[in-house]
Amino acid sequence: MTQAVVASSTIVGVDAVAVEVQVDVSTGLPAFSIVGLGDTAVLEARDRVRAALRACGFDFPSARVTVNLAPAPIRKHGTGFDLPIALGILAATGQVPRGAADAVAVGELALNGGVRPVPGLLAHAIAADRRGLPLLLSEDALSTVSAVAGVSARPLKTLSTLRAGLPDPRRADTRDANRGTDGPDLAEVHGQPAAKRALEIAAAGGLGVLFVGPPGAGKTMLARRLPGILPPLTAAEAIESAVVHSVAGLDVESLLAGERPFRAPHHTASTAGLVGGGSPPRPGEASLAHNGVLFLDEVPQFSPAALQALRQPLEDGYLTLVRAEGRVRYPARFALVAAMNPCPCGFLGDLVRPCTCPPAAIDRYRTRIGGPLMDRIDMTLRVDRIDPGCLLRQTQDEPSRSVRERVCAARERGRHRECGAPVGAGAALLRACALDAVARRAVERAARVHRLSGRGVTRLLRVARTIADLADAVRVTEEHVLEASCYRAFS
Amino acid sequence: MDRMEIARRGEDAAAAFLERIGMTIEARNWRSASGELDIVARDGDALVFVEVKTRRSERAGTAEEAVSPAKQRRIVRLARAYLSSDAAEHDGHVRFDVVAIRVIADDRALLRHYRAAFEATP
Repeated sequence: MTQAVVASSTIVGVDAVAVEVQVDVSTGLPAFSIVGLGDTAVLEARDRVRAALRACGFDFPSARVTVNLAPAPIRKHGTGFDLPIALGILAATGQVPRGAADAVAVGELALNGGVRPVPGLLAHAIAADRRGLPLLLSEDALSTVSAVAGVSARPLKTLSTLRAGLPDPRRADTRDANRGTDGPDLAEVHGQPAAKRALEIAAAGGLGVLFVGPPGAGKTMLARRLPGILPPLTAAEAIESAVVHSVAGLDVESLLAGERPFRAPHHTASTAGLVGGGSPPRPGEASLAHNGVLFLDEVPQFSPAALQALRQPLEDGYLTLVRAEGRVRYPARFALVAAMNPCPCGFLGDLVRPCTCPPAAIDRYRTRIGGPLMDRIDMTLRVDRIDPGCLLRQTQDEPSRSVRERVCAARERGRHRECGAPVGAGAALLRACALDAVARRAVERAARVHRLSGRGVTRLLRVARTIADLADAVRVTEEHVLEASCYRAFS
Repeated sequence: MDRMEIARRGEDAAAAFLERIGMTIEARNWRSASGELDIVARDGDALVFVEVKTRRSERAGTAEEAVSPAKQRRIVRLARAYLSSDAAEHDGHVRFDVVAIRVIADDRALLRHYRAAFEATP
């Protein structure tokens, strides 16, 4: 009898894929069915839509209502189809003005007709923008989607609003420009100059760091301050990271303000929790750390399988999950910071407390960090507990802001030299280092002393090149090499 | 009064009520092999199948509760049979109503009418 079509979309990976919600209202035995490979949440839309329409004073047709979500082969998840289904029924039964359905509609309905935001709205907004259609969504999510420059957002509070047709486009007030300054500050860490220097080098070169030290030395405190000395997210990076968080149903405000994400999964994290997975697939911690920092505290305690799964993101900067229903791809380019105790009891090498571990236990503990992860760790450094006197002294340590300025300048130099790529490998790296004879001898000596493999030498050079960039030096000198070789204390 | 009598008087009352609110009774106790439809009525251009439940007490649950999902499915099945039989010439809207009657005294009862009480959803 009467039909209507409403555009919508569903999340696959971190993208919103176009879905057409077709509604048919016809005579016959009254029934309300939804077809098109929806999960339980999609099928439950029937009860929400029915209650919401009645609560807003609309008629729920006493007729045969068939909803098809096309294309049928894509599995559809979640409650975002409530709004387009309701809108389709209203359009098919002529209860809203013509044109009210000319938008991509995504939203969950409350029983009283209120429209609620759903996870992934940022991805939906990007998709709507790409399709050149306005996005009809909950008013509560307006500030989030306003970050997508092109999209015409049509916010609505309840279904009743649709009686007057499609709401007018609105944007949230533009956010102020204090981009990424709110995180914890490096000045709060007393002492630990070597560790701070290592963090600065890691930030400048995009290098992986491993802190080894007893409990309470400040490893976690240091790691948390890495995002603050990285350059603020660019607008494009902010959107990339925010989309991942949005899909996972997490808050995106700080990301959109330019703050880099910092993720510190607990060592009991499952493989799916770390790299993504589940049904429907959700991004894992590695993807939530995209463009930010992934901090693995107590690395040896992580399950070896979970650590192995980090191999792909560490090499490629993204993750591919292969499922029966298809493959999804999550971005996962992050700076890795790991921390561990020197031995199971944590006090090996401590100046005051003795270690109580048998040597075999120490070996076992250390070998638990597998090869692929160790390969990605460019700098290893011991962090010891500081003297209480130093802790209590009122000193003014350098704030994150000035460290960040040096980091940004060094990155700028690196970019200049490499035309894009941060610090390469092989011949390109050697060329970039432009070692003189003295520096070359220093590298050879370090390689002998630390028994470095080929890859180890590459890492050493990479660290040295970054140190040189921080010092605004065109060539890598002996001094830079010697400092770099300090960060090979362990491994 | 035995149970049959109670049920019959309940259906009479329901039919009288439906006519009073403007519906036309098309059939009463329409039978097929699998059971019986209490009332088939016409409300405007819609065909309405009405299930009538009468209760003297609520010891065994309310009248409304007696229209269980299984019972709904049976009524839907009967409605399909009715629509495809000679009795009906209808291809418009269809509705399922329930009339619940609670007998209070011999000459007093409470009647509740549920429009579109259920659907043919599988």
